[in-house]
Amino acid sequence: MARNVSTQRKLLTTAAAWTIGILIFFPILWTFLTSFKTEAQAIASPPAFLFFDWTVENYFEVQSRSDYFKHFMNSVVISFGSTLLGLLIAIPSAWAMAFAPAKRTKDVLMWMLSTKMMPPVGVLVPLYLMFRNTGLLDTRTGLVMVLTLINLPIIIWMLYTYFKEIPGEILEAARMDGASLAKEIIYVLTPMAIPGIASTLLLNVILAWNEAFWTLNLSAARAAPLTAFIASYSSPEGLFYAKLSAASTMAIAPILILGWFSQKQLVRGLTFGAVK
Amino acid sequence: MGSITLKNVSKVFGVHAVIPSIDLDIDDGEFVVFVGPSGCGKSTLLRLIAGLEDVSGGEIVIDGKNATDLPPAKRGLSMVFQSYALYPHMSVRGNIAFPLKMAGEEKAVIDKKVADAARVLNLADYLDRKPRQLSGGQRQRVAIGRAIVRQPEAFLFDEPLSNLDAALRVNMRLEISQLHQQLKTTMIYVTHDQVEAMTMADKIVVLNRGRIEQVGSPLELYHRPDNLFVAGFIGSPKMNLVAGAPAAMHQAHTIGVRPEHLVLSKERGTWRGTVGVAEHLGSDTFLHVNADGIGTMTARVSGDFPVTHGDQVFLTPDPQRVHRFDDKGMAIR
Repeated sequence: MARNVSTQRKLLTTAAAWTIGILIFFPILWTFLTSFKTEAQAIASPPAFLFFDWTVENYFEVQSRSDYFKHFMNSVVISFGSTLLGLLIAIPSAWAMAFAPAKRTKDVLMWMLSTKMMPPVGVLVPLYLMFRNTGLLDTRTGLVMVLTLINLPIIIWMLYTYFKEIPGEILEAARMDGASLAKEIIYVLTPMAIPGIASTLLLNVILAWNEAFWTLNLSAARAAPLTAFIASYSSPEGLFYAKLSAASTMAIAPILILGWFSQKQLVRGLTFGAVK
Repeated sequence: MGSITLKNVSKVFGVHAVIPSIDLDIDDGEFVVFVGPSGCGKSTLLRLIAGLEDVSGGEIVIDGKNATDLPPAKRGLSMVFQSYALYPHMSVRGNIAFPLKMAGEEKAVIDKKVADAARVLNLADYLDRKPRQLSGGQRQRVAIGRAIVRQPEAFLFDEPLSNLDAALRVNMRLEISQLHQQLKTTMIYVTHDQVEAMTMADKIVVLNRGRIEQVGSPLELYHRPDNLFVAGFIGSPKMNLVAGAPAAMHQAHTIGVRPEHLVLSKERGTWRGTVGVAEHLGSDTFLHVNADGIGTMTARVSGDFPVTHGDQVFLTPDPQRVHRFDDKGMAIR
């Protein structure tokens, strides 16, 4: 039943929603604005909001000093690489757990999730030593491997819940119709699960893109992604707010654009199964 | 062709024997219905024949060959599921063509067979639609179309009509019977609805707790039930079962009288009672009579019989039609 809402109430709630939205968005907006200021304007008090001398100099300086595109490519390779590798492992795992569960499947799922509860710093030293001894330190391969392992429980869980929604009878019908296991996956399961696989992929690319703990600790110059690129602007040379803001904006922009265009898919993936 | 034999077939889930041991012969071209209450193992039995479940013991012979360890696709059977199980991302054409595509048929052959099936099932106008754009009855026809294009040895139907409304169910029942007469292929049909079983089957297999209670033609089961379970399960409304003194008069532990074999009178008869509920269907009236010292009995009388709630009536069983059962519930003949 529709509720009657008065105009006044509508105005109030709209104003409240906008206020909260702007509050949450403000730091990003401020970073964006600061990136167009000079260093002096960036620390000026009181700060200028819109009326300052807009300049793109910071962006050029950041690019010339720390090669944005190299870090950008590292981020792309690490986030997409770890997600695709994760999907390759997770699809068969989720398939097995959703359609051929054993007595302990639920426990296995819970155990996988429990690994996410462990503080990562707890295994930093052993992992660091392993990486050093195997020559994986500061390589994209090493970071792809570690991020795959970090996000694998989430990928498997998302796909598992998605596959659970696909009626088993449809797959049985395919089996009766003469489909082999491979054909059943290619012609029946995958087309039906594509929205789920796509939203899992998107969410994990974002998670991997933003991951800072492992990427900062296990990379130096060669494999450093954008997270390390931003971090390099924080303290060692003193605080340069304008350049730091430009670097941050450049690091956020690609994933923000990706998220913007895929938000419908993301929301659908994250709320799937909540309402039927 | 499509004969199916089950030898000592059993199925155990964990420690629970769903089907202890079953022997059954199904002849080529027969329409066999598995009927029984929920949880009696009828769907499990069908899935064992289909190969969707592995047997725990015994042998399944299809068309003279041992099929016990064959995968579902190699058994030459087609199945129609309760939920239709259509492929939602494929058109009607794609759904019907799928088994042919999997069998590696040529495109021209596929197109012809799909067109033929669509014509038989009145689906020609819907070939390019997706399943979600179809009504329940049309979806069920697509599922049947997908089953017939393979020209299987036998069709398996797993409660195919239970998702349809009552009117459509009667129509589809007729259509499936007509399809059977047309194709003359063996059909195994699972249902819990004894009306479907009676109207469609050449042979009914009554199942209870994973065991076969009786196998026979619909009228054999109706006229000569082997035991109390079959007597109570086949026939609508249910057979009246009376134990105690009235049964002892017939030298039995329990006697059974079908509602249509009770003669009703307002003046005299064997058992006196009061009409509780009268259900007027027009052609017939079903009376639920509270008979003195016996309990509730159901009687079927002609639709014009003048009777209402609270009337006193007399019931007399037709002596030729009284079914007698011993203390183990088995028929005395």
